Amino acid sequence: MASEGGKIDPMGQFTIEPIVPIELAGYDVSFTNSALFMLVVLGAIWVFMLGGMKREMVPGRWQMAVEGVNGFINNMMSSSIGPEGKRYVPLVFSLFMFILVANFMGMMPFGIVPGVHGFTVTSHLTVTAILAILSFGTVLVVGLWKHGFHFFSLFVPHGTPWWLLWLIPLIELFSFLIRPFSLALRLFVAMTAGHVLMKVLAGFVINGMNADAAWVPAIVSIPSFILMIGITLLELLVCAIQAYVFALLTALYINDAVNLH
Amino acid sequence: MDAEAAKLIGAGLAAIGAGIAAGGVGNVFGSFLQGALRNPAAADSQQGRLFIGFAAAELLGLLAFVVAMILIFVA
Repeated sequence: MASEGGKIDPMGQFTIEPIVPIELAGYDVSFTNSALFMLVVLGAIWVFMLGGMKREMVPGRWQMAVEGVNGFINNMMSSSIGPEGKRYVPLVFSLFMFILVANFMGMMPFGIVPGVHGFTVTSHLTVTAILAILSFGTVLVVGLWKHGFHFFSLFVPHGTPWWLLWLIPLIELFSFLIRPFSLALRLFVAMTAGHVLMKVLAGFVINGMNADAAWVPAIVSIPSFILMIGITLLELLVCAIQAYVFALLTALYINDAVNLH
Repeated sequence: MDAEAAKLIGAGLAAIGAGIAAGGVGNVFGSFLQGALRNPAAADSQQGRLFIGFAAAELLGLLAFVVAMILIFVA
């Protein structure tokens, strides 16, 4: 998005544009590029899962891939929650797959096709906040359903000395209430920061190539391009790590609700 | 001082936070590697804790980035 003046606009890639404008009872409920990419993500997950669920006795490569991801989440749940963790595998698996595929979709070079703009679903706080509320709400519902008011003993760890009883529950309550914010912010900021960084580097490359002085491409553009390849690989790693961290923290929080540390 | 200049200086100062968080992330992975090389058999079982530590250290760096972005684009 480098314009003639050499000014780059790193935030332009996060613009939400309506594709099919819809207005319902005074509210703007247009079908946007964000919704389109969510559907693309859903379709990708659907194809991936259906291709691997043929239940053959001797699994092929595709089935092994699906079973690998499923086994990965299964392992994580049973090691952090215990035997009861199996019940929450579908939730955490869906969260993990959605975040992972949405992050990777945002990294795909759709911009090669003229007129098509890539979009990262998880680079918007509204989306990640809903995901975090899903995770946090599950913890609240499971905890209160299973333990009733005994759930609030979560805020008083074992072995708290009596003279700290006024302080520890406050700190625990605060760290409990901040969980959805940290979950949502981490994913949103990691994706936003990565994409802004890549756009800025891409601006260096393009503006350097268009510069009047002949020495600029060799000194600025080529090193920026090499750096950008490295940053892109790092971003792919961050995409996977963020999805893993979200799933792992959700598993730990559900463990708190199920087992009441 | 011009208000615009103050904003940009503040955003630059926020970048210090990102740098310090980079030190924190490096410390997490460095300490893990130190422990893992001494006892490789126990390393795999501690990978979950490694990423929890990484996530906690990284979040604070990301918050510094949010402060910078708010100063530049919102405030």
